[in-house]
Amino acid sequence: METLKKEKHEATSSETVKISGAEAVIKCLLAEGVDLAYGYPGGAIMPVYDEIYKYQDQFHHVLTRHEQGAIHAAQGFARVTGKVGMVFATSGPGATNLVTGIADAQIDSTPLVCITGQVGSHLLGSDAFQETDIIGISTPVTKWNYQITKASEIPEVIAKAFYIAKSGRPGPVLIDITKDAQFGELDFSYKKCEKVRSYKALPKLNIEKLQEAANLINNAKKPFIVWGQGVILGRAEQEFKKFIEKTNIPSACTGLGLSALETSHPLHVGMVGMHGNYAPNVLTNSCDVLIAIGMRFDDRVTGNLATYAKQAKVIHFEIDPAEVDKNVKTDVAVIADVKETLVEIMQYVNEADHKEWMQEFDKLYQIEKDAVINYQLNPTKEGLTMGEVLGSINKETNGDAVIVSDVGQHQMFAWRYANFNKTRSNVTSGGLGTMGFALPAAIGAKMGAPEREVVAIIGDGGYQMTCNELGTILQTKAAVKIVVLNNSYLGMVRQWQELFFDKRYASTEMVSPNFVKLAEAYDIKAVKVSKREDLAGAIKTMIASKDAFFLEVVIEQEDNVFPMIPTGASVSDIRLS
Amino acid sequence: MEEIKNFTFSVYTENNVGILNRLSAIFLKRHINIESMTVSKSEIDNVHRFTFVVNISEIQARKVVGQLEKQIEVIGAFYHTEDEIIYNETALFKISSEHLYDEEIQEKMKFRRAHIIAITERYFVIEASGLKDDIDNMYEKLKPYGLLQFVRSGRIAITKPKMAISELLKEFN
Repeated sequence: METLKKEKHEATSSETVKISGAEAVIKCLLAEGVDLAYGYPGGAIMPVYDEIYKYQDQFHHVLTRHEQGAIHAAQGFARVTGKVGMVFATSGPGATNLVTGIADAQIDSTPLVCITGQVGSHLLGSDAFQETDIIGISTPVTKWNYQITKASEIPEVIAKAFYIAKSGRPGPVLIDITKDAQFGELDFSYKKCEKVRSYKALPKLNIEKLQEAANLINNAKKPFIVWGQGVILGRAEQEFKKFIEKTNIPSACTGLGLSALETSHPLHVGMVGMHGNYAPNVLTNSCDVLIAIGMRFDDRVTGNLATYAKQAKVIHFEIDPAEVDKNVKTDVAVIADVKETLVEIMQYVNEADHKEWMQEFDKLYQIEKDAVINYQLNPTKEGLTMGEVLGSINKETNGDAVIVSDVGQHQMFAWRYANFNKTRSNVTSGGLGTMGFALPAAIGAKMGAPEREVVAIIGDGGYQMTCNELGTILQTKAAVKIVVLNNSYLGMVRQWQELFFDKRYASTEMVSPNFVKLAEAYDIKAVKVSKREDLAGAIKTMIASKDAFFLEVVIEQEDNVFPMIPTGASVSDIRLS
Repeated sequence: MEEIKNFTFSVYTENNVGILNRLSAIFLKRHINIESMTVSKSEIDNVHRFTFVVNISEIQARKVVGQLEKQIEVIGAFYHTEDEIIYNETALFKISSEHLYDEEIQEKMKFRRAHIIAITERYFVIEASGLKDDIDNMYEKLKPYGLLQFVRSGRIAITKPKMAISELLKEFN
């Protein structure tokens, strides 16, 4: 096999050489700079796995314990690196098990290429064993998908897949390859895709619109910025910082925008949205110019649209034309790459000082601090709070860790209380709210950023959706730190039942196994903390560990996340209790 | 509440498998019923043209066209109001031959664009084309004779103002 491999490697991608479709898949990925994929083998993708075996000195494959784990791991990898996450699965159930992750990546704009095996083309449509119409199933949740039935199509289609996944507003692409196309031969040569005629990745910046926006900003008395993940996806963190520092505009982020600007920055006034900070939510309805940068006015951000920032002129910097005027009517939309926009606008905006306006944020922050934050970070009650766990983690990591959160109350606490010093540090399922995301995503994040501390914050519910991935940690030794905040409830749903359904706790109470024993069964060091005096020490031990580590913290059962904008309420009607 | 009315969408796409699914998914996602649909070649080589008619508000139409346009294989998507287009539909009526010499039916066919395109011992077929109302009227008139079969096409439409599709393609190429 060694000689065989050597011969193969000597062929460069520019010259033509006859190989199998399956080998072409691996060679295409290597040409795209991809040497790591997550996946799960099965009948219809076996020819590709056979090539993964032959190329194992150059191409690494992580076997997860479920296809959902594979795709979430690829998402975690993509989110911390900015590279395309790569996933393999077989036909039928292998492919359908990817769907949740694909939908998650679509709504959170995560670049992924998923390759699924498919039954032989002569069997298509015959209800063959493990045949499913994954193209039809994945169409509404992919940026693009395509079924390959001939080996000769493979290089061009994979090149196109990578270009589409990572360019413009990124997203997931699914390529379905029939088994005969994997076995078939082709004359292989590879050329990266640079454009697709029907797809405009980067809209052209309109300077007049930009000047109009600058004009509004220059004349604003109470300007307010809300930024989203677009700043991170557009790699525009530095340009964003320069822009806000020149104009001195108070800036708040969406959940997915977190970490683009360090938490400690004086112009960072917190997070907007349903469980965001008090000041930026309330003052959304006081600002005179609202500048939205790389965000999409999600309903969890805006609350009731009829009362959202009606007094303000709205500026929207956005790469995706379909997002403009979708939820909030804008006065000036600049549809272009965010980095280019922020670089160009610098020459048109004036230096400004918004001290008095900024003081309004400080004032409201104090109110939130007294009503909510102090209690969460330094509780006086006996039960532990999720906030204090995050506070302890901040102390140990100095805010340098990648925080991977699952979905629910603990996620809101992670977003609200984690400190972020570096960009790409908040890995979470935002738009889709996929429970079970965090553990596999943390594995991918750790592999994408091995030099960084990766801490997964997970509830007892979400943890049990994908805790089978402890097996992946056992096998790969990914040094992920897992914190399960256990309140023995599906906490967020319970909170809503308490507030809006007269405390009828329908199916939210959860009996869990012995989590410590479970982790230990996978050879992972594990500790359970139920008393405040043990918390700091346990977190210190966890962070000091070179290997994966599991920490369960028993949390006050009926603690709630506040502030909160109830569904249908205005952002300025945010409740502190 | 914004007025709900007919909008005609012209969507130019690459000629690939699965595009119809991708486009119809956008209407489905918003719970919009498609009144009629036609797919054909367009004036540009290897570019297909979808014509959808839907009954929605203009705000919805604008959002839908943005989502259609966003699909990778869509080259251009446009929406038009009724007064911006010249459009047509075609219908076929299959009727038993016993009515062929019925004077009344001949009278009813005097509608401007209806004619007989097939006659056999058992049946004859009338083709009619025109606006939606023309076809509706014809249907009402012929129904009493017992329609053996009836079928009508989706709308086809040409816009009065110029559509910048060829320029779009030039820019992309």
